[in-house]
Amino acid sequence: MNTPLRRLATVVVVMFLALMGGATWVQFFQAGELNADQRNVRTLYREFGSDRGPIVVAGESIASSAPVDDAFGYQRSYAQGPLYAHVTGFYSVVYRRSGIEAAMNTELNGSADSLFYSRLQDLVTGREPQGAAVELTIDPAAQQAAWDALGDQRGAVVALDPRTGAILALVSKPSFDPNVLAGHDTAAVVAAWEDLQAAEGDPMANRAIAGTTYPPGSTFKLVTAAAALEGGLAPDAPIPAPDTYTLPTTSTSLGNFGGSSCSPTGETTLADALRISCNTAFAQLGVELGDRLLREQAEAFGFGTPLDVPMKVTESSFPADPSAPDTALSAIGQYEVRVTPLQVAMISAAIANDGVLMEPHLVRAVRSGDLEVVTETDPTELGRPVSTQTAATLRDMMVGVVESGTGQRAQISGVQVAGKSGTAETTDDVAPHAWFTAFAPADDPQVAVAVIVENGGDLGSEATGGAVAAPIARAVIEAVLAE
Amino acid sequence: MATVAPHRVRPGRSVELGLLALALALGVSAYALVGLAETGTLPADIFGYGAGLVGLSVGLHLVLRWRAPYADPVILPTVVALNGLGLAMIYRIDLAYEARERAAGFAERQLGWTALGMVLAAVVLVLLRDHRTLRRYTYTAMVVGLALIVLPLVPGLGTEINGARIWIRVAGNSFQPAEIGKIVLAVFFAGYLVTNRDTLALAGPKVLGLQLPRPRDLGPILLAWAASLAVLVLERDLGTSLLFFGLFVGMLYLATERISWVAIGLALFVGGALLASRVFTHVGDRFDAWLHPFDDANFNAEFGGSGQLVRGLYGLANGGLFGTGWGQGRPDLVPWAESDFIVASLGEELGLTGLLAILVLYLVLAQRGLRTAIGVRDGFGKLFAGGMAFVVAFQCFVVVGGVTRLIPLTGLTMPFLAYGGSSLLANWVIVALLLRISDSARRPASELAAPGGPGDDDVPDAVTGPAPAGSDQATELIDVRPS
Repeated sequence: MNTPLRRLATVVVVMFLALMGGATWVQFFQAGELNADQRNVRTLYREFGSDRGPIVVAGESIASSAPVDDAFGYQRSYAQGPLYAHVTGFYSVVYRRSGIEAAMNTELNGSADSLFYSRLQDLVTGREPQGAAVELTIDPAAQQAAWDALGDQRGAVVALDPRTGAILALVSKPSFDPNVLAGHDTAAVVAAWEDLQAAEGDPMANRAIAGTTYPPGSTFKLVTAAAALEGGLAPDAPIPAPDTYTLPTTSTSLGNFGGSSCSPTGETTLADALRISCNTAFAQLGVELGDRLLREQAEAFGFGTPLDVPMKVTESSFPADPSAPDTALSAIGQYEVRVTPLQVAMISAAIANDGVLMEPHLVRAVRSGDLEVVTETDPTELGRPVSTQTAATLRDMMVGVVESGTGQRAQISGVQVAGKSGTAETTDDVAPHAWFTAFAPADDPQVAVAVIVENGGDLGSEATGGAVAAPIARAVIEAVLAE
Repeated sequence: MATVAPHRVRPGRSVELGLLALALALGVSAYALVGLAETGTLPADIFGYGAGLVGLSVGLHLVLRWRAPYADPVILPTVVALNGLGLAMIYRIDLAYEARERAAGFAERQLGWTALGMVLAAVVLVLLRDHRTLRRYTYTAMVVGLALIVLPLVPGLGTEINGARIWIRVAGNSFQPAEIGKIVLAVFFAGYLVTNRDTLALAGPKVLGLQLPRPRDLGPILLAWAASLAVLVLERDLGTSLLFFGLFVGMLYLATERISWVAIGLALFVGGALLASRVFTHVGDRFDAWLHPFDDANFNAEFGGSGQLVRGLYGLANGGLFGTGWGQGRPDLVPWAESDFIVASLGEELGLTGLLAILVLYLVLAQRGLRTAIGVRDGFGKLFAGGMAFVVAFQCFVVVGGVTRLIPLTGLTMPFLAYGGSSLLANWVIVALLLRISDSARRPASELAAPGGPGDDDVPDAVTGPAPAGSDQATELIDVRPS
């Protein structure tokens, strides 16, 4: 019986080799895939149990992690939750993450490739691994000013540094408190989430970059004017500006805002048309230019360009193949033209920056746990939508808007402000959206702003961009220039 | 190396004591590390715990010195090491359960069962002076064994846990009769086969180069096959079914040396299992969960799905090569982490490295058991020791294979490691029996005639046929010196 016993011993060895092979397969070869499985709550616990890096604005943490004594080990908290909610986003055990928390997740949790050497150092020195700090470009004064000026109105404010593309302010209202979603009590978080989902005005939507896009209204006249100037039209050359304009091939008649008249003579100049935001002149100009030139100009300003700031930005759009009457309406920012407030700010910023459009960005730098800079954002040119000459002309025209046109409420004493108002009709029964975009100082631009107040805000149907949105833009510009 | 007597054999008790010290150091330090990792301090009962484990092990060692001085010196330390590791892991899972306010206190009970198991082992060693006594109870063992198999099916007594009906409930404690059943059936198989091996080994027709047995001798294997299929279908547990059938086929091979029995057995079992999986949905579901565990439908199935298996795989993957370390993983996220899935728990915290080391311990245990079978002189002892060594190895294969998805998941538990009274008691009895048989295997021939020793042969030596090379008559002894 010893021969079969020896053979059986061999069989047992083979069985154990198979087990060892199986264990090796699961724990070594398949481990990465299993760890990445989204049903694996361990990944969540591991992530939530790590010292996540802070999100920093001007040296202050607006999102930070502190050790707590529960199953996760660390609690994320937001120092000024609602003010920065649409910048930081939330970080939730139940609903994962949004905003910078999502877009910069691998840096914040320390797993990014760029942090490899930092991790190596931690391993060698035995230091508890820590996520990297993400430093933002936000100017806290501008952010606060935008937040205060917008008040309880629905809308959004975006401010850019035209020279670099750095985002100085990003506010969307209504806002929410990300702290309520960052709790570890699942039931409370679910309840808070459901409240936010049901809340009026959709507070979780980031109207500044990724909410529903808006018709730009008269702010789009900057694009139409840019196309005309690039096409060789002089700002002071006479162009037709009738009281009403019958859209080509239709009997539909287009009037000016409030039925007013642009010019007693029925003719005006491009500069004057922009100053008083003359619909008939721009609609007619748009038809003359044609939808192709308008679209090309819009795209040069960033329409249709996918952007990550690093959050994904909804692309703004110009209609694909509009008829002549639709082109006329598109030229004044109606019909199917759709923009994000960021896009409108980018138009102003490009004009302010001598026609050079800089790529908007929110992250200034990433710093490892020991505050060494890991990556730093270099300002990147996104394109040159208009020539330096056209930019200078547009700037002068926009200065006219603020000095003696529809944007007078954006005036700041001692500072030359360039701006453009917009009042975008949506449907007949709802008050129009009030827009304002501006930059200042006109001769040395340091900030470009776009403001939208949905449905006229507090003024409702009486609202115009110049009345409701311009003061908000002014507040933000003042805050930036005060420094 | 086997050497032929006369040869001075060292009993090996001092070697055993040395190894025992290592094994105890492993178990007690693991227990201490769990406390340090979880609470930062040594467990409050570390001294009582350590003293208890040391006292029990040394007590068993002294019983061996007294009653079985030539017993294999490696078996006891190996088992103490496994038992100690299991206790530490169960204690660790207790702490995790307490933190989550779940029912805990498994470690305390497991320690009680360990003490009981070791005392029982001592009792067996003291009372059973010669393993051949057991042969008298061959047919009693058959009846008891079959009764134990069907016990979970008795209404009111059997309970279903986790889909399998292999438990009985007595006075509030659940008990797996199969654990005791495997010892009792090994007695029966050994007694039956040692008597009938010549008949069963008689050659029948030769098919495809395989020497088949005579068709009229197929009765017993068909009976065993039918019984194990009944277990599979009625008790819904592939593990128990595989265990009994594997034990039977293994011992049949040991007795007859005919590969054809193994081939027939394997073919019958695979065929039967496949047929059962087609006919009975609950069996089929288990196979489906095994083949496609990552399908959402299987993963989320409330009953008989793959959720537990996959969660175990997540745990193993989390451990990776070197493990998270004691107290650093989340084994409590896997259902039945303290019993069926303790292998996944250990794999998570000790890593692939630790799991392989544990498998090596089992391999050593099984090989020492098989070596005992080779060394012992009587046919019954050979079959019995071989069968029990094989059944321990096979049970490891079924459990670890199930957890690592090598084979479908079963409801069996890992010997010595997993929480469970029946399993621990039964396996400690197996250890006692193997130690008893190894004592007579390693005892020098000169001492065999000693009164009270295994020399008084009350059972005729069954080996009468033509002896194969290295047969039972040769006085083979295990050389414990390093070679």
